[in-house]
Amino acid sequence: MASSSEGLGLGFGSEDVDPSIAMTTDVELLKRAWRNEKAAPEILQFQHELVQRSSEQVQLMEETVEDFEQNGADPLTVSVYQMDLDRMQFLLRSYLRIRLQKIVKYMIHISKSEAWSRLSEQEQKFSKRCMDDMEKHLNQSVLSRLPYGYQSILKQSISSEEDDMVPQPHLDTYVFCKSRTPLGALQIADGEDPMDVLADFLYLFHYKSIRSFVESGHVDLF
Amino acid sequence: MAGQSDPSLSMFSAAEVEFLAEDEMVEIVPNLNMDTLNLICVNFIFFGYFLSLSQGDFGPFRPQMATSVPLWLAVALKKRGKCTIRCPQWMSVEKLTQVLEAERDSPAQFQPLPFHYVEISRLLFDNARDDIPDMYMARSLIEDIRDVRFHKFESGLEKISSSTHVVKLKNLSAMEVNIVRPFFVRALQAFAKHDSPQMIHHQQDAMSSRQAHPQDDGPRRDLRRR
Repeated sequence: MASSSEGLGLGFGSEDVDPSIAMTTDVELLKRAWRNEKAAPEILQFQHELVQRSSEQVQLMEETVEDFEQNGADPLTVSVYQMDLDRMQFLLRSYLRIRLQKIVKYMIHISKSEAWSRLSEQEQKFSKRCMDDMEKHLNQSVLSRLPYGYQSILKQSISSEEDDMVPQPHLDTYVFCKSRTPLGALQIADGEDPMDVLADFLYLFHYKSIRSFVESGHVDLF
Repeated sequence: MAGQSDPSLSMFSAAEVEFLAEDEMVEIVPNLNMDTLNLICVNFIFFGYFLSLSQGDFGPFRPQMATSVPLWLAVALKKRGKCTIRCPQWMSVEKLTQVLEAERDSPAQFQPLPFHYVEISRLLFDNARDDIPDMYMARSLIEDIRDVRFHKFESGLEKISSSTHVVKLKNLSAMEVNIVRPFFVRALQAFAKHDSPQMIHHQQDAMSSRQAHPQDDGPRRDLRRR
């Protein structure tokens, strides 16, 4: 096997817990979605229900904190709840923001590929508006003044066969990941022997070769 | 928002990695009375011995009764002088000395340490210095451990070659992953790029037809040579 591998020995014990018994809270799921979204080069499936549940929890907690404040509860307790709330909100916002950053960067590509279906309804709306504005702006400020043949927002010139001015996510990259369950033998590269992917090890994989496992939730990115 | 990192530079900022570490559990001894807290932010990847916690409930807090809480809560209470933090076992001078020795003895392996050992120890050194026995000794041991481990990835990087498609690592910690990520990723990308026959072909094509290709980081066009 032509991969350089290092390390032996057992994990610290934290991840020896059988994943089926370990309960997972929404926060943990959201953290996972956040990490994956940050580490993946392309936009991933929007976690609709999870975001829904998380924002409900935030709302509930906001009401609790307000109640506490009105009832003159112990200020320390209130501030602890407030901190808990802040952490949850940070996670939720950061998750939504990282998606928006990707949408702004790759909006044209996303709208023309299957990635469109991974956006939430609001994100699709945002993306459309953003594209319209961008197109309008570029047309008004630059493109309309260029000579004929160079006025497309998608192409460098009329002679380009494909849309070569559309930024695309760079999928040809490598990501750190951990599998939650052993994945069995995977064909990593052409002409290489399949390799056993075990749980608990940290791997650096070509993104394309584990993309489907990230989507199915078997693999977490780091 | 503070702490939001630019995805194109590095994926996680140090503050974001620390944010994740703050959900790890530590044991505290409170010196106040406080009722059970029911929190949303509960991490359920636990170290084996914290398995028995019920979901989201911490406390009740009674003076001198040890209890387990997430690190962020421990630090918040500590800052207000409401508890002492029990130094985790792996952070004792004795344990750290063992780890450092083992780390030096096995040049190809990383010793098992908590996934967030860098951040946890840093937070405790900054916020709970009086609760850690031999603080200065422990701190310098952890620094030495980090250095030895860092040296190992550097030599690991030298092993990457054009035939490397996967790198497999064990016991690497979160902060370490974050630090080595750009080096490993770029090294592998560079090898893949210079190695692939299509790329060589592709460049010849590009040279002959002067056609630029879509790039990942925004519309950009090769400038014509003067």
